[in-house]
This record gives sequence, structure tokens and C-alpha cells, in this order.
Amino acid sequence: MEPHFIKGGKYEKWNPLFETMATFAFTPKLVTTKGSHIRDGVDLKRTMMTVILALIPCLIFGIYNTGHWEMAVSETNRNLPYFDAMGAKFLTGLGIVMPVVIVSYGVGLGIEFLFGMIRGHSLHEGFLVSGMLIPLTMPADVPLWMVGLATAFAVIIGKEIFGGTGMNVVNIALTARAFLFFAYPTSMSGDKVWMSGLGDKMAANPESVDGFSGATALGDLASFMSDKATVAGEVVQSNVAVQSFSSEYTAWESFAGMIPGSIGETSTMACLLGALVLVLTGVGSLRIILSFFAGGFIMGLLLNAIGGNPYLDLPAYYHLIIGGFAFGAIFMATDPVTASQTANGKIIYGFLGGFLAIMIRVLNPAYPEGVFLAILFMNIMAPIIDHYIVQGNINRRLKRLKTT
Amino acid sequence: MSNTISIRKGLNIRLVGESTKEIKDIPVSNTVCLSPLDFHGLIPKLVIKEGESVQVGDVIFHDKKNERIKFVSPTSGKIKQIVRAEKRKIVQILIESDSKQTCKKFDVKKVADTSKEEVLDLLLNSGIWPSIKQRPLDIVADPSNEPKGIFISSFDSSPLAPDYSFILKEKMDQVQIGLNALNQLASGKIHLSSRKNSDFTKMQNVIHHNVDGIHPAGNIGTQIHHINPVNKGEFAWSINIQDVAAIGQLFETGCLDGKKCIAVGGSEIKHPAYYNIHSGSLLSDILKDNVVGENVRYISGNVLTGDQKSANGYIGFYHNQITVIPEGNEYKFFLTKGWLGLGFDKFSNSRLFPTFLLPKSKRFTLDTNTNGEERAFVVTGELEKVFPFDILPMHLTKAAITEDIDGMENLGIYEVAPEDFALCEYVCTTKINIQEKIRHGLDLIASECM
Repeated sequence: MEPHFIKGGKYEKWNPLFETMATFAFTPKLVTTKGSHIRDGVDLKRTMMTVILALIPCLIFGIYNTGHWEMAVSETNRNLPYFDAMGAKFLTGLGIVMPVVIVSYGVGLGIEFLFGMIRGHSLHEGFLVSGMLIPLTMPADVPLWMVGLATAFAVIIGKEIFGGTGMNVVNIALTARAFLFFAYPTSMSGDKVWMSGLGDKMAANPESVDGFSGATALGDLASFMSDKATVAGEVVQSNVAVQSFSSEYTAWESFAGMIPGSIGETSTMACLLGALVLVLTGVGSLRIILSFFAGGFIMGLLLNAIGGNPYLDLPAYYHLIIGGFAFGAIFMATDPVTASQTANGKIIYGFLGGFLAIMIRVLNPAYPEGVFLAILFMNIMAPIIDHYIVQGNINRRLKRLKTT
Repeated sequence: MSNTISIRKGLNIRLVGESTKEIKDIPVSNTVCLSPLDFHGLIPKLVIKEGESVQVGDVIFHDKKNERIKFVSPTSGKIKQIVRAEKRKIVQILIESDSKQTCKKFDVKKVADTSKEEVLDLLLNSGIWPSIKQRPLDIVADPSNEPKGIFISSFDSSPLAPDYSFILKEKMDQVQIGLNALNQLASGKIHLSSRKNSDFTKMQNVIHHNVDGIHPAGNIGTQIHHINPVNKGEFAWSINIQDVAAIGQLFETGCLDGKKCIAVGGSEIKHPAYYNIHSGSLLSDILKDNVVGENVRYISGNVLTGDQKSANGYIGFYHNQITVIPEGNEYKFFLTKGWLGLGFDKFSNSRLFPTFLLPKSKRFTLDTNTNGEERAFVVTGELEKVFPFDILPMHLTKAAITEDIDGMENLGIYEVAPEDFALCEYVCTTKINIQEKIRHGLDLIASECM
């Protein structure tokens, strides 16, 4: 079959497609021609597949969680028992999440193939991970066409115009998230989008959802900030508001992820399982993950020290388990292409990322989800951090020259 | 008194087929080869013609840019053929051996009575000079420069490497004489790196360094970097310990015998062992009836830095080992032996294969498959794990790829040779030929800055 696809063959221009399939099924028979005669067993396909493996706990939990909140909406009961009717919830969730995954992969891989055919190379592996990350950062109620549009934007503007896998400046999945956040803010924030079906139900019959809140933990917190802190309509002291918040979202529920939010981000536990896979295999940088958490925690403590309103008074550890903080730290900040490349740079990069994420989240209630903005900002800053680390190395060498 | 250098970053690639400690003698091949291609950047100027008779030590060609650097015949006999490439570049000089190994006599005195200039002239005229390489650029040393030191490693840590304390057990006196001679040349700046407790730690007139740790601990580049790194405008020379013994022999007897002892190993060798051979010997003479199978790769040198040869090729000038490993030119189904397989047969520096859990004594049969396709750099931090220099390997490689001369100078190109990056190239997930990129960068530096 191969002769049809090689140069001069009948289907020459389809070669990238053929090669992608062939190299997926078989490690090619390429042998070393220059330099080292033997090469490490690892390749980019295996590396990327490991990241996807690490995302599976988040995906499975996200599917169940989505199913749960869909059911909560249809029964208009926010306190629906979490571990009831598990099979039904999982299937419902599957029906909501899988189309998003399929659209993301379909659109992304389609564009990648197109660029591959133009440039005459087979599919590069980068999108295998991005295609899974994008759905996990989406709210459950996101329209599918938006997912497709955001994916197309991210792949073309975020990556392919820079030259493809390994060349991009900012994280692809976060580019997609940011695109939707700024282009369609009403579909990406507020308190109607996090539970599948809520928007439709409200539109059809607003009274049917009276007293039902579709807000996320971050949304609730932000609302404390916008005006006076109120609980059930009464103005209260900051500490009372925090107490009310932490009984609504207990630390355990937040850590386990049994709260509304983007599809894959809610469960810190599932994220940590993924982190375990990434760190054990060495694919994800432990430096970045730890320093990101440290940065967020220290910012949280600083804000506690200032205090004065419920958001500032929220215990620092809470920040690490609500919203997309853990997901961002483990799967987004560690993207090797857009993170700092030097060992010390990674520590600075991670720390500032976590620090800024909580700063944005708390001090600017218009952007409760500060994590993705902080990581995108640090993606841009990473080359500058690296520049100083590299310059340090250069200066050590110059100093040596002077002293000899 | 000795200084200890510990190398923690690196990787021992544990291959099947280590040579057993026995030495076999191989008679000189009918045809022996001297190839200008073994010396990077050299333009040869021939001084002999086809059909002329030569002795061991007779000049075959010299460096066109520096006539003092001479390259001599490793055997006695007749010039059989001068092999040229399509555009008349000289590729090989084949010498038909009369197997008598009669050699040219040089006037020698005791080392102590020989002046620095006399040592230099003797090394140049006897043709042993090209064994001395210089940093920067990793080429034959320029005798007109004053080196900051001559660096010698008494051990090789690369995969299946020869054990020099075994090879030179009987030649310790010659090694000492050779070191004395070099000591005259570099006036006391001879750095000898050895493993703890090796016989070489007893050598005199040298500065001893104790090196422990994993490969590339034995690489001269690693050692120079940790002993006295090369700055811009400085030169460090290095020479293989076996060639030091040859210098000793030259001072003892006044002639060279053109012989060396090499390790023959690799998973496709039936009886891996040591062999006494003549420089420039034919591979098939050395490996006669000792290779398993047909689909194999012959490597003159080690698996990381050696040259690919055919069975009818000749051993390279600088090489002290021959490795034969299987070719990997077949498809591997992704779930069994391919990229998504369990991978109990894959040796990896990453922890993506279960083999990192296996005991350190487990050895592997690796083939020449690249185990993946080339991509742009994606993974960061993996090169640093096997690169024990205070140099950023990925940044330097990128500077070389983009031909950024200032960048390369700043990032330490003067200290490195392509072989220092061999392990980086091995572990690279994106299968980039890093040694080639570094050589390209060095060539650029040679033409622009030297």
C-alpha cells in the first residue's frame, strides 16, 4: 500500500494522512544515520499518551459530576444526594461530555491534518493532549459550535501560525478557553452555564428554578465582593459569610470535586491522581506543580493577613481546592513548550503563576477564574524568566574568564 | 595528592556484549587504510603516489594548512590505491601490507635530556601528533598554540568501552615515559584522571584527579570542564591513554609499531574480547566468524559516538573499540514492541518504561531504530539530566541550530565537542541529531572566530 503514498505515487498528497496512520500503528523502521547509533525508547507519542492517561481520572470524574448537576437541575434540587443513581448520572454525563470531546478532537485534528498536508508532514502529537484539555476546561452547558470555534482559533492562531507543535508561545487549551471567555462571556461565566440544562430551563420557565442557584464556589465568592456580604438577604460580618460559604462548599466536597464548575476541573483529588502519574513518569515538572501550589498558598495567606471581606478572609487552603487552580497547576502550567525551560526558571514561573492566579481571583471579582489568565500571562513571561537564568549562566562563564 | 570529581548527572547505557578479559592477536590485514575523513576539517596534502613503498612511520600526507602536522603509514608495504570521491576529495589511502612491519627509525634520547622543542618535533615527525586533539573545536591540536594543560583520561565510561588498566597492564612503564615526555611539552600541566584505586593513580609527573560517577565521567570534555574549563582564547589538549603508551614506546625504541589493543563487543558478537590489531585494519579481518546474523550495524568506536562502517570498512584512527549491534530497520506494532507497548525491552532514561525498575545489573540489547520520528524540541529538562556541565545544553543546541554565533560563544561552545552531547542525543524525546548540530556550530565558529 505504501508505494501509492510516497513521492510520485498515486495519492502522494495524502501521504501525511497515511503516514500518521502508519506511524500510529507501527513504530517506523527509521534507523539512526548520524550521531548516536542507539536512541532512547521514549518518543513524543508515548509522552503525550502519558499525559492523556493522567487526564483520565479528571475526565471520568468530570463526566459523573456533569451528570450529577444535570440531574440536580432537572429535579431543581441543589442538595441532591451525590452518590445516588450513579449509573444514570454517569450515562447522562457521558451524553453531555463526549460530544464536547468529539468536537474538540474532530475540529483540532482536522485543522492539524490540513496544515500537515500543506507542509507535507504527518500529524505532530501536540494536539493529542490539547484536544483532551479543551473539553475539560469548558462549562458543561457550552454550545458545541463554540467548542469547535474556540478549538479552531486556538489551533490556528495559537499554534500553527507559529509553526506547529513545539513552537507555540501560549498554551493551546488555555487559548481556546480565553477566546471563549472574552468572545462569549455570557456563555463562559455567570451562574447559568455550569450545569447542563439550566440555561434552557430558565429560559423556558424562570419560575421553575426559583431559589435554585447554578453558581460555582468562585461565583458565590465573587458575589460577596461586589456588594455588602449577605447571607439569605441579610447583611452579615465577613466571618459569618465565610462560615456560610464553607458549609455550602465543605473542604471535603471541594477537594473531591462534588461542586459545580468546568467539566474536568472540579476534583482536586482527580487532578492529584493525574499529578502522580505525571511526576512518577517524569513527564510533568514537579518543580512547577509544587511552586505553583506554594505561590497560590502564600498569596492566600497574604490576603488573609489583610482581611476585611469574605473573599480576603477565606482560608488560604480553600483557594487551592476550588475552581481550576489544581487543574491549571498540574496540567496547564506544566506544558513544557510554554513553561520556563530552565530548572530554576521553572520554580520562579510556577510560583508567580500560582501567586498571580489567586491575586487575580480575589482582587478582581470580574475574573473569578484567575488561574487561566495567570498561566497565560506567565506563558508570555516565561522567556523573560529564562533570559535572566541564561544570562546568569553566561555571566558565570564571563567571570571565570576574568579571574583566570 | 588528588582532587575528587563526582559526576552525578549522566547515564550508563547497559548493553549486552561486554568484552571478556582476554587478548587475542590478529595478524596485520592485507590492506590497511588511512583516511583523512577521520580528522575533522582536515585538508590533506599527499606526499606519496600510488605504487610507492612505505615503512611504518613514513609520511602519507600532511595538513595542507599546517605542514608540520604529518600523517604516517601504520604499516609497511606499497600504496595500493588512493580512493577519491566524485569531486576528487581524498577519502582513503589504501596500503597493501607486506606484513613485515619494518619501521622508520627516529633519533631519540632519554626524555630527561630532550628539550621541549625536540619533543614537539619528534611527536610531529613520527606522526603520533594527530592523536593529540584540542578544545575548542575538537580537532587535531595546533602545535603553535600554548595549551593550558594536557588532559588525559585513564578510563573510558562509554558503553562497552575498553578497560585501559587491563590493556596497558604490561605497558605501565611506557605510559610513564609517555607522560614524562608530555610533561616536557606542557611544562608540568598534565592532568591525569583516574578511577579510585586504579594503577594509573601511581603515575608520576602528573596532576592526579580522582573521578567517580557514571558516564560521561570518562569523557575528556567532562573532566576538562570540572578541572580547568576552556575559556575563549584558551586551548586544552587531550590524548588517549593508549597513545601516551605509544609515545613511551617511541622514546624507548625509536619507532612505532602501529599497533593498538581494542575491545570488540556488542550483542551481535559471538565472543566479545580484546584484540591486538594494527591501526587501520579491515573490520572483517578482526571480526572473522565472530558476528551473529546479517542485519547488523558495524560501528568503529562506541555506540554513542562511533562511525558507521560496512563489514569491509576499516577501523577509525581514534577508535579503540568495535561494536556490532542489530539494525532496527523493521516496523514495530505499536502495542507489542512499538511506542505504546509495555516496553520491557526498551532502555530509557525516562521513567516511561518499566525497565527503570529493573536491577542495575540487567543488560539490554538495543538496535539502531530511532524509536520515533524527529520533532521540534518539546520536552524540557531531560537533556540537563545527562549533561554534567554548567552549560545549558538545549539553549546551546538551539543557538547552534540558528547559527547564532554570539549566543554560542556566550553559552560555552568553546568548551564542548559533539561527543559531549552524545547522551543528550540519546535521551532526546524528539530525536534531534544534536551531535551534528553542535559540529555544525563548531564549524561556524572555526570559520568565523578562530
